[in-house]
Amino acid sequence: MQHTLSVLVENKPGVLTRVTSLFARRGFNIDSLAVGPTEDPTLSRITIVVNAENTPLEQVTKQLHKLINVIKVQDLDPGEMVDRELVLFKVNAPPERRHEIIEVANVFRGKIVDVGKNSLTIEATGAGDKLAAMEDLFRAYGIKEIARTGKIALSRGLREQ
Amino acid sequence: MRVNGAQALVKALEAEGVDVMFGYPGGVALPIYDAIWDSGQLRHVLVRHEQGAAHAADGYARATGKTGVCLVTSGPGATNTVTGIANAYMDSIPMVVLTAQVATSVLGTDAFQEVDISGITLPITKHNFLVKNAADLPEVIKQAFHIASTGRPGPVLVDIPVDVSKGEIASFRYPETVGIPGYKPTTRGHAKQVKQAAELIAKARKPMLYAGGGVIASGAAKELKELAELMQLPVTTTLMGKGGFPEDHYLYVGMPGMHGPKYTNYAMTETDLLIAVGVRFDDRVTGKLQTFASKSKIIHVDIDPAEIGKNKPVDVPIVGDARNVLAAITAELRKMAAEPRTEKWMRVIDEWRRRFPLHYHREGAALLPQHVVERIDALTAGRDVVVATEVGQNQMWACQYHKVLGPRTWLSSGGLGTMGYGLPAAIGAQAGRPGSLVIDIAGDGSIQMKSQELATARIYDLPVKVVILNNGFLGMVRQWQELFYDRHYSQSVLSQQVPDFVKLAEAYDWLGLRVTQPGEVDEALVRAFEHDGPALVDCRVEPEENVYPMVAPGGSVDEMLGGIPGGPISDMLDEELLTEVWE
Repeated sequence: MQHTLSVLVENKPGVLTRVTSLFARRGFNIDSLAVGPTEDPTLSRITIVVNAENTPLEQVTKQLHKLINVIKVQDLDPGEMVDRELVLFKVNAPPERRHEIIEVANVFRGKIVDVGKNSLTIEATGAGDKLAAMEDLFRAYGIKEIARTGKIALSRGLREQ
Repeated sequence: MRVNGAQALVKALEAEGVDVMFGYPGGVALPIYDAIWDSGQLRHVLVRHEQGAAHAADGYARATGKTGVCLVTSGPGATNTVTGIANAYMDSIPMVVLTAQVATSVLGTDAFQEVDISGITLPITKHNFLVKNAADLPEVIKQAFHIASTGRPGPVLVDIPVDVSKGEIASFRYPETVGIPGYKPTTRGHAKQVKQAAELIAKARKPMLYAGGGVIASGAAKELKELAELMQLPVTTTLMGKGGFPEDHYLYVGMPGMHGPKYTNYAMTETDLLIAVGVRFDDRVTGKLQTFASKSKIIHVDIDPAEIGKNKPVDVPIVGDARNVLAAITAELRKMAAEPRTEKWMRVIDEWRRRFPLHYHREGAALLPQHVVERIDALTAGRDVVVATEVGQNQMWACQYHKVLGPRTWLSSGGLGTMGYGLPAAIGAQAGRPGSLVIDIAGDGSIQMKSQELATARIYDLPVKVVILNNGFLGMVRQWQELFYDRHYSQSVLSQQVPDFVKLAEAYDWLGLRVTQPGEVDEALVRAFEHDGPALVDCRVEPEENVYPMVAPGGSVDEMLGGIPGGPISDMLDEELLTEVWE
């Protein structure tokens, strides 16, 4: 089962290594990882997507808590979180097919961020299924390159007290 | 007053109350060694190998309850401590390891004697620091000692580049408090769960206390005894928990697991309530997990939430310090006016104790290792004695035949099983407890892994005693080869004659004695123990003696090889007596 962990850590050198090496050591494969500072510049948030059964994941979460630089670990409930990922698609686009591709991008509210002689680069954000659908459609034209940020997520506001 | 980083470090160590540290100098450690030269308080013990420094700091910590400190140089000095750090990590021993490092300006350039020791020790330290500014040193040292000694203790490494030790600080001020936002160990057990535990204990017919290293670490021996005596609960202590409960007590039922007595493992299998305190359900204790304590409800008390439910699902989890939680459970039971109801259960256990005691063939003329340990135990009775062990058969015989009576008098490498641990650990313990009789029960294989520390003991007048159960084999390896590998003694044959341990002892200006007959044991041991300085006794024991009973690796703990014949638990129950227990 896929879990999205939101890990609040001290913004210090080496902390990311401590977190990721723990996953490797305990035999977990990280599907995606995104990290950046938070509203408090001394803290960073690491969003980790990992595929794991509940019991071993609970063990790794507890081990994460034990890292001195880790402040908080949340296993986000898929029903109660907002998650986004940003993807850049560089798609094969000979001049005669550009319009089609732009239309597809528009349907998904993608943005054209670069136009080359034979390619278009489209920026898209969203949840995983939407981005997967886009990727599927672009594949018909030939995708030259993909870069993705990894998922970031926050729990929804209704959980606030 | 302006000080440099090294001086600030030494002042910080003094402020932490460090009286002795173990180490070995080298290039980039020199500024620190210069500051130590000037210190009146810090006593430094120069070892002969950095692994010895780490084990000595570990032994010091186990024997005194204080945080052990060692100091080494960069590169090979640092990597030589790795085994010692891993050993302390596995056994949750508070230790601060100071490593010197190349200058920050050349970090990451493969400079001479540069190694990324904080990277290397990431998985074997509770935490580690790479200090980049001299001004940060006091705060980092404060945090290092705090992290090492609180919560679940463990080793903390501080890597100090040479320009940081040389760098100037305007004035030294040691922080009084620590603020680490992500580190707040839970020490008080949840009241509701404590109550639930007390209720289970009050109504259990066949309870067992299963106590481990957490009882020693939290200083809970008194609280454990109070609870056990109040409810008349039988107690087992793990290898790490030895000393947490007096082994001459009626309620003491041995060490469980692979080489535990049969009666202990029968009791662990038959129990209906396992009260696990400061233990981690290690595979050497549980054997096959599915059949371990499978008739039982489990209460698990540990300060580390990650240990609870790690190997075995738990009915009542209690995160907290063993001492606090045991006291709280006892108070709750008193409030409930709970009465002990284990009389019949103890009769079952007594019957097992009577039928299946630890056993070896005492009659013959051969010198047996068990006999040597029994004599050590008898000849040190009533004395302030600390026993260290090496790893292997010697360690298991020491577990079986030496009765540990109080906390912090037993030093043995549990989780990592580090050969070579015993001698340097004994040296560390002796440095921290000058008045105690410190004995290392050793094997001929293990002792050779760190025998260069014989020099350290002599030069610092640390009168440790080493008793070698010399069988000329890597005994435990040989035993497994005998039992599971068709007696193919592949690379497990040493030699009883080489080295000549008596000459080796004498080369280091120790008293060296040899024993080859059972009748010579007492005289040699007494001479060694009464000797003013360090002494070594080379006991040439029966080469192919095995440690029994034994649970085969991966087997159920009630199915044991060797010892007095007795089948699995299903055959061992006195039905009549058990029916009474259940009534």
